[in-house]
Amino acid sequence: MRYLPLTDAEREEMKRVIGIADVSDLFTCIPSGQCRPQLGTLPKALSEPELTALFREFGRRNSFPGYLSFLGAGAYSHFIPEVVSYLSAKGEFLTPYTPYQPEVSQGSLQAIFEYQTMMAMLTGLDVANASLYDGATAAAEAVLLATRRSGRGRVLLAGNLHPEYAAVIRTYVQNLPIELVTVAADKASGRVDAADLGAKLNDATAAVLFQSPNFLGVVEDGRGIAAAAHERKVFVVQVVAEAMSLAYFAAPGDAGVDMAVGEAQSFGLTLGFGGPYLGFMAVREEFMRQMPGRLVGQTRDLDGKRGYVLTLSTREQHIKREKATSNICTNQAWCALRAGMYLAVMGRTGLARAARACHLNAAYFAKLAAKKRSVRVVYERNFFNEVLLEVRKGSAGDLVADLRKKGILAGVPMAWFDPGQKDRLLLAFSEVHDRAAIDRLLDAIGE
Amino acid sequence: MNTLPKLIFELSREGKIGVGLNEADVPEEPAVDPELLRRELADFPQLSEVEIVRHYMALAKLNYSVDAGFYPLGSCTMKYNPKINEKLAAAEELQAHPYAPHDLVQGNLEILARLEEWLRELTGLAGFTLAPAAGAHGEFTGMLMVRKYLQEKGDPRRLVLIPDSAHGTNPASAHFAGYDVKEIASSAQGTIGLAELRPHLTPEVAALMMTNPNTLGIFESDIMAVADALHANGSLLYMDGANLNALLGVVRPGDLGVDVMHINLHKTFSTPHGGGGPGSGPVGVAAHLLPYLPVPRVRRQGDGFDVVFDDPRSIGRVKNFYGQFLVIVRALAYLMTLGRENVGRVAEDAVLNANYVRKRLEGLLDLPYKGPSLHEVVFSDSGLPVKTLDIAKRLLDYGIHPFTIYFPLIVHGAMMIEPTESESKETLDDFIAVMGTILREAREDPELLRQAPTRTPVRRLDETLAARKPVLRWRKGESL
Repeated sequence: MRYLPLTDAEREEMKRVIGIADVSDLFTCIPSGQCRPQLGTLPKALSEPELTALFREFGRRNSFPGYLSFLGAGAYSHFIPEVVSYLSAKGEFLTPYTPYQPEVSQGSLQAIFEYQTMMAMLTGLDVANASLYDGATAAAEAVLLATRRSGRGRVLLAGNLHPEYAAVIRTYVQNLPIELVTVAADKASGRVDAADLGAKLNDATAAVLFQSPNFLGVVEDGRGIAAAAHERKVFVVQVVAEAMSLAYFAAPGDAGVDMAVGEAQSFGLTLGFGGPYLGFMAVREEFMRQMPGRLVGQTRDLDGKRGYVLTLSTREQHIKREKATSNICTNQAWCALRAGMYLAVMGRTGLARAARACHLNAAYFAKLAAKKRSVRVVYERNFFNEVLLEVRKGSAGDLVADLRKKGILAGVPMAWFDPGQKDRLLLAFSEVHDRAAIDRLLDAIGE
Repeated sequence: MNTLPKLIFELSREGKIGVGLNEADVPEEPAVDPELLRRELADFPQLSEVEIVRHYMALAKLNYSVDAGFYPLGSCTMKYNPKINEKLAAAEELQAHPYAPHDLVQGNLEILARLEEWLRELTGLAGFTLAPAAGAHGEFTGMLMVRKYLQEKGDPRRLVLIPDSAHGTNPASAHFAGYDVKEIASSAQGTIGLAELRPHLTPEVAALMMTNPNTLGIFESDIMAVADALHANGSLLYMDGANLNALLGVVRPGDLGVDVMHINLHKTFSTPHGGGGPGSGPVGVAAHLLPYLPVPRVRRQGDGFDVVFDDPRSIGRVKNFYGQFLVIVRALAYLMTLGRENVGRVAEDAVLNANYVRKRLEGLLDLPYKGPSLHEVVFSDSGLPVKTLDIAKRLLDYGIHPFTIYFPLIVHGAMMIEPTESESKETLDDFIAVMGTILREAREDPELLRQAPTRTPVRRLDETLAARKPVLRWRKGESL
């Protein structure tokens, strides 16, 4: 077995040193009768060529690669420069442990420090952490942070929050003294209903979470939400499910939000059937010491040389145990490192260009789709890269099925999340599409 | 004096570009109110591709890794990460969108179902969720299930018992599941038996969270009696499976009375740690907890697979989509490579290696808990002229990553050594020899150890400064 380097002769010698006759002598602590379960139903070992062939077979049973895809809704297809894949796959980045020994971990630590910096720049906030699991759990952690910091137990969730994010938040708080209240969305604008928000904000409210661009693709009025909330000393959390939008729109921090959390899969991570992705959290400085997750900080060594360490660990479970700010330990370090590489490679010019292409492609589609009789573009302005389409006859599922026959995965039917929304689907565009691909989609939709 | 690489921002020069990406070929007709737009990505890096490659190569050189050498980190199971698994996980035809129609992703659903089957067989538990992102996330998921189960029986109860040798994630996870935590003292042997449990076993106890083998590397031999006592009290047994590597193919926790357990694919099942994640923390449950498993769940349906998204008794959704899918791919590839005939040999060699190290170091270091070791052994710095930290830092000078230090908390100056099955006898002998040298240095020239490391890219870093005046990002004009 190539993963087991001991030879039989070495095993014998080691047993002799230990003073046992048989390896089973090391397992006498296990209750008698429980040792050596039958594993007969499990398959036998595969050689490397056999394993490769088996996984190729799994791949063959996935027939999605033949389709032109406009799926988004929280997971996005973006161009990944080869240099990102090349560098991030290096064993020096992929196979270290958590950098608790900073003297031999400066590579990971500096890379994460750079990642934290770029996320802080993109969000316009003071501090970004080293990662959380994903967008949904990051949103849940924001709820916990806001309630902890404010001492208040009521949290408002915008109605157009990604339904899976809302579901995860509900799971997280189910046994905690936290009340979740949904704020209605204004049907005409697709945005948070300002009147409903105003009515629900009160002195018991810890925070309002709104997603922008929201689950209908629409960019919210962050400034307005922040102003209303801050009047009642309520914290404002912007959830971002499509991190690429941060490169296109004014930073959340500039609009006055206190925290930005979300999903940064778009920064160099493959779709990977939903994971591993990259939860991020950025906050104003006043929340820094209440933040969940790891933080890399700059310091000096004994010779005065600049270096990096994991810091503010008195927030964390290995020190504070049940009083920690979160139970998180292992996070998404490699994903954050890879996102940092991606942001560095794309750089100021490339990232702006990719973000612009996402929007212009979506705008091109929206403009032409709006001229069709069979469908309606629900929100014709102020989206980023997602367009909500309504079919005028039949169901969105019918349109999706029809387009599938033409080799196109048109979008995510909203009925997946809300059975009442049978006539709507959400389409996502990015720099991986070109005009020809979008024209093909428009043609396939028909008149 | 060598200095570390500059920050990527310090290397940046106006006008450079590192990516070959065209502008969109559609008309430039944005549909956004101009005041919503960002003006520029101020201070974002601008570098050519070659400079970026050199930057990260320079950083890579500063990292220790499993690919580079021995990592005897106790309770972390830093085993070798097979290279073929990386290639398989990177395959284009697995990179499906999570909302792709299920009939187009049957291969991926089968991968999820197959790993579940392996985990069920290996643990003797009735069902698994693969959704949790890491061990602590699995603990939280497991404790939510415990709570929901008890709630449906009429009373969620108030307390979770946790041994004093437990990982810090255990109490933190129990707390966020809505429980108060009561720490219970281990016996003089470092274990939890009926004598330790009984005084705390009140009707308020929802569960005991027990790591097995525990963080001393000792198997909790009374586990079946403990499980019986808990069950008789209407309480559940949660097993922290962080140390499952010792038991793989040797004994099944489900056969011992465990009700719920998380495991770590990034420990026991060889997926790379990535410098602190991504991990994956599947949770297995006994039959009576099956209804509470999170959604979504993959289900075999005829010749194919489908997904259940709604279940009123489920605790709900704990994560986006299907969990850390590409980590799951690697774990399945590892298990398929081992096959049923080699799974048990992993535990055997891991335990043999740990006991060999124990035997060879026993005369040199204090061993406070002398019970039989499984996959790891914990020494103490009692009686040494230096502290554990100094020994750990000196190991760095010899090119070996230190063991886990100062954990578990019940051992003074703990040195927790887990060699794993990945290491050859030669590597272990080198480590043992280096430990001998360091302990000699400790007696002859303790200052040498207190100054260590001196051969690493940086020396000991000022962690107090880092925490007192946090600098958590670069800002233009503020470089240290």
